[in-house]
Amino acid sequence: MGMGAQTFLLGTLLVIVIILSTGMGYIKISSLEVIRIVISKITGNHELLDGIDSIFPYVVSEVRLPRILTAAIVGAGLSIAGVIFQGILLNPLADPYTLGVSAGAAFGASVALLLDIAFLGIYSVPVFAFIGAVSTLFVVMFLSSSDGQISPVNLILAGIIVAAILSAGISFIKYVADEQVSIIIFWLMGSFGSKTWADVFLTFLFVSIGFLICLFFSRDLNIISLGDRSAASLGVETNKVRVILLITASLITAICVSVSGIIGFVGLIIPHLMRFLTGADNKRLLPASALVGAILLLCADTITRAVLPTEIPVGVLTALIGGPFFLYIFRHRRMRKIGG
Amino acid sequence: MDKKTLFEVRNIDFSYGENKALDNLFLTVEPGKFYGIVGPNGCGKTTFLDLLVRNKTPQSGTIEYLGRRIEGYTRRRLAREISLVPQDFYINFPFTVREIVLMGRHPYITRFASPSAEDLDIVDGVMRKMGIDKFRDKYITELSGGEKQRVIFARAMAQDTPVLILDEATSNMDIEYTLNSLDIMAYGVEFKKQTVIAALHNLNLAAAYCDELIFMKSGRIVSKGSTDEVLNEQNIKDVFEVDSKIYFDQYSNSKQVIFKRRRQSERKDN
Repeated sequence: MGMGAQTFLLGTLLVIVIILSTGMGYIKISSLEVIRIVISKITGNHELLDGIDSIFPYVVSEVRLPRILTAAIVGAGLSIAGVIFQGILLNPLADPYTLGVSAGAAFGASVALLLDIAFLGIYSVPVFAFIGAVSTLFVVMFLSSSDGQISPVNLILAGIIVAAILSAGISFIKYVADEQVSIIIFWLMGSFGSKTWADVFLTFLFVSIGFLICLFFSRDLNIISLGDRSAASLGVETNKVRVILLITASLITAICVSVSGIIGFVGLIIPHLMRFLTGADNKRLLPASALVGAILLLCADTITRAVLPTEIPVGVLTALIGGPFFLYIFRHRRMRKIGG
Repeated sequence: MDKKTLFEVRNIDFSYGENKALDNLFLTVEPGKFYGIVGPNGCGKTTFLDLLVRNKTPQSGTIEYLGRRIEGYTRRRLAREISLVPQDFYINFPFTVREIVLMGRHPYITRFASPSAEDLDIVDGVMRKMGIDKFRDKYITELSGGEKQRVIFARAMAQDTPVLILDEATSNMDIEYTLNSLDIMAYGVEFKKQTVIAALHNLNLAAAYCDELIFMKSGRIVSKGSTDEVLNEQNIKDVFEVDSKIYFDQYSNSKQVIFKRRRQSERKDN
């Protein structure tokens, strides 16, 4: 299947999933009504709303769509970041959190929740999470560079150590926090509850710009997987490409974590899965991963929101489904290799 | 600057931290010749080759390529002049064989452009020559060590450069493909004025293919010159610390080196 056809098919599937999940929930709204409401919002044509319950437009455009779109964008963002981290670290088991970005975000959010910082209003926690994520990235990059060169092995080592220190810090914060401890724990597990259009625009801006940067360097990233010596002899500025992509993918991750909390396994599994479909070429892998990541995280969020009797944090659901699924693929692939 | 000089290496030093890997190296490389670098493990061959492709920069001394400091070239420009077949390669992702070979055309394809018909022709031709077109659509991760090395070799050939640098590039191949690869290199040297600089462990292959030999030991060049001149028992003894016998062999039409096993009683450390 050609790349264009594939992207079109997955894009169409995403739109269908968005429409279906917008209709699902405590108040059931048919797909046709959802489409009419959305078109009337965009065009300003109120005649389309004739015969639709007057509460429906509010539910669709102010309650459900911001949450649904944020979930889809975060799913895409985490998957893009996963592709990039796996490519740069030459490790198919890396994920957006490998370098301690999530621990940094969690630490920042925990500090904000512990100290009850509120001078930025509802954005206090996301802003602190973002600052935590970005400063962790720069500490890790600084620790792993020597003579201006950054090696994949050093990055992973520095990331693990910094993450361990930050985890201890988070444990300490939980220990000293009294009534906020449940809020901290809930935030860490990830959720898309009460997202606004501001979240949608912010994540969309970061993720789409990041996606374009990653796509721009996708062929260089392919060649980097041959190893530094080969890549350099093919004319790729390995260190420059690595630093640019590392910062881009970390910023995408930081913005995702700061609006949604920590959602595991999406960034690990989606790129893995999509390599079966598209092969390893990052130019094809990136768009496919972004679209499938969006579809799957949105489905997971819809399950917790509209299918399960009580809402559980989406991060817990992705880990519960994603973990065993990953083990299955892992086992299956090994069996296939042994079988010849 | 003499136009006939390809590389002019002057007074190179390179250290890894405290460890000196290359010590005061001088070398002139002329175009259209097959150079062999021989020496024991850890003598600095790979480091030296890395300097020639500018993967590393010497701490002191200069390297000129075609009369211009090598630092003055952009990476992309240099990638159209010099290609490298590295010693170790480790690819974790399931690229197909054809995708890997096509990466060799990277220096010629502008960003966002697709490979041209010419690029694809070159890739197909190279894959046929290296005998890998039968698994062109297989994943590199599924191949054996020797097969992977042929793919990496083909990738460097697809780069279509006047200079090829081989770092133990045939170490995992069976004898058929070793000879096949080196024959292709020798043909390029003879008829296309290409220059090959190869680090080789097998002295008899070096003797059969190389016009010039460079003996290295402990980061220094011990001896250099035409293969006939410098391939002798004394140099082998100096560099590898083993006894050998060297004779002219009719069948291979080159000098050949032979060794004998050492009995316990003959060993120095006994």
